[in-house]
Amino acid sequence: MSVFHFEVRDLPPEGEAFREEVRAFLRQAMGDRPSVRRARSWGGFDPDFSKKLGARGWIGLTWPKRYGGQERSFLERYVLLEELLAAGAPAGAHWVAERQSGPLLLRFGTEAQRERFLPSIVRGETYFAIGMSEPDSGSDLASIRTRAVPKDGGYVVNGTKVWTSNAHRCQYAIALFRTAVVPDKKHEGLSQFLVDLKSPGIAIRPIIDLAGSHHFNEVVFQDAFVPEDMRVGGEGDGWKQVTTELAFERSGPERYLSSIALILELIHHVGPDPEPRAAEAVGRLVAQLTTLRQMSLSVAGMLQAGQNPNLEAAVVKDVGTTFEQSVPELVHALMDIEPTIDSGSDLQQTLGYLVQRAPSFSLRGGTREVLRGIIARGLGLR
Amino acid sequence: MSELGSLLADTVTRLFNNLVTKELIESAEKGVWPDKLWRALEEGGLTLPLVPESRGGAGGAWSDAHVVVRAAGKHAAPVPLAETIVAGWLLGEAALEVPLGPLTIAPVEGDEPLRLTRAGGGGWKVSGTASRVPWGGAAAHVVVVAEGDGGPMVALVARGAARVVSDRNLALEPRDTLVFDGAPVVAAAAAGRRIGVDAVILYGALVRAAQMAGALESLLEQSARYATERRQFGRPIGNFQAIQHNLALLAGHTAAAGMAAQHAFDVADHTDPRRAVAAAKVRCGEAAGLGAGIAHQVHGAIGFTYEHSLHFSTRRLWSWRAEFGSESRWAQALGRAAAARGAEHLWADLTAR
Repeated sequence: MSVFHFEVRDLPPEGEAFREEVRAFLRQAMGDRPSVRRARSWGGFDPDFSKKLGARGWIGLTWPKRYGGQERSFLERYVLLEELLAAGAPAGAHWVAERQSGPLLLRFGTEAQRERFLPSIVRGETYFAIGMSEPDSGSDLASIRTRAVPKDGGYVVNGTKVWTSNAHRCQYAIALFRTAVVPDKKHEGLSQFLVDLKSPGIAIRPIIDLAGSHHFNEVVFQDAFVPEDMRVGGEGDGWKQVTTELAFERSGPERYLSSIALILELIHHVGPDPEPRAAEAVGRLVAQLTTLRQMSLSVAGMLQAGQNPNLEAAVVKDVGTTFEQSVPELVHALMDIEPTIDSGSDLQQTLGYLVQRAPSFSLRGGTREVLRGIIARGLGLR
Repeated sequence: MSELGSLLADTVTRLFNNLVTKELIESAEKGVWPDKLWRALEEGGLTLPLVPESRGGAGGAWSDAHVVVRAAGKHAAPVPLAETIVAGWLLGEAALEVPLGPLTIAPVEGDEPLRLTRAGGGGWKVSGTASRVPWGGAAAHVVVVAEGDGGPMVALVARGAARVVSDRNLALEPRDTLVFDGAPVVAAAAAGRRIGVDAVILYGALVRAAQMAGALESLLEQSARYATERRQFGRPIGNFQAIQHNLALLAGHTAAAGMAAQHAFDVADHTDPRRAVAAAKVRCGEAAGLGAGIAHQVHGAIGFTYEHSLHFSTRRLWSWRAEFGSESRWAQALGRAAAARGAEHLWADLTAR
């Protein structure tokens, strides 16, 4: 039994040339942005930055040229992503559109949908939110109840979505609704829709996170109308669609680099000649980073080769998010410093930001418990 | 994987499945040299994957040797196969002939340098003490890396040239002290270009990392199987979510250890693998401790008995994580190097090939 397949993958030479191009751009675009802002990473929502990336053709890098893409390889996109994340670039505005919505339309959308949405995503102008979770449906996603009922060339939608990141700043959402109630078969009767968030009948209310930030929203649909041509794929295809591309979402560098700003700040803080305990702590972090990067790259290689490494992706996300969460812990254990918000050193503020952010790392995009269930199934236990 | 790598993987797996039985490991733990196993490994061409074909080896790369070393760890093969592979490589790099028979390497401790000095008749002799040398008394030859004539040299020393003080590790593998007192050297030459005076520790750590990754694979397989077979409360214990999640955690550590080790072997084919080896030894060592803990917890009391085979892997992991440098030692080295380079170089260094 060798359940998991991780092989060393080399990036193609064109990827390494591209890396230098991306670094040069980021040096200029990021300037001397402080560590605590870099720590926000893809949590940072910055339309100007997204448009700058778009102007370079760096959004939708792998997409067909007829929609404005570059038709470059998935591994080159990987290089771009890891450079953006390592630099703490504010890539959040276009993140979901580039990672999930665009690929969804390329795979399941109509030609008209692709022509309408992809070019402006590529330009860094159109942003998407994701409407999946509901007040009573978190990990048990298939239990959602928001109904889309056919009427007059479209659907009338009623229900509530929650944890909808950036819905207040995005023009559109891809949302999962129940188009049919199939008794005892909750995975059936689900469909995904492109939703114009400015439509009548949609109310977006903030949900403030524990640190006082507004990125989550509650999105309430009250007799909101969604035209039929905004449905993605066939009626009832929603579950298949949401589970198809999970490997892309779960194995990327964003699943192990969320605390990189704190690691860099720690190294800066301990100086060039650290005492043994600090040196050991830094060394353990570097060992984990080295390993996780190879694991994440290995899955990227499998995706590039057209394989479906869902199990390996779940492993990367579980190991990676555990590592991300360990970094603030380690800084606490090593340093006699207090995490802060407005005062103190860069290290204190970066710690203050990440220690409050870290609980979300093993919740977003599939909880640790869900992932471990998937891994256990791969081991033949379920 | 290369064609040679696949061939080696098939051969070594078949051979270990047939020959490395519980009885064989138990007899090795009593001090019996598993001669049949060793001869089969030599006849199968598995002992010298890195030695050029012109010198009787397989002419492979570290990434090919990786599969053999990992399999040796997975099967708890009670022979110095990993040590022979490193020794053969060191000899080959120094353009020295590689003798048949089991080889070992010294010194394995950082603070025990050996010295090579000229003997009469153009030869060399070696002096100093090397402790915890794997199969130091049983190996036909020991390959020594030491300061010699203006730089590191590789020397071949035959069994019997050193005084041997026997000892063993937790897995009852021989870890002997060799006392060289102007001991005669069979052959010596300037070390290859890629070989520093601490090469034995560096490449020893490399192979121990892969052995640990292999042993972790074995823990995962044994534990997942046991969880589907053992029934309590009317169902297999693997049905319980607490067990499932612990095994998923073990799977994560196993995957990470395997990746870290494989990466270090891969880097060794291209450049100085020091950082990748340090990362692998640290990551595999962490996985060893956590993985052994989970495997024993899943197995319950039966896994704590000598009768059960689980301890062949766990006792090795507990020793191997400390051999050729502990996690703390390698982590300190890695951390000092990263700190000296500074935060601004960390990412570029991590992504450099």
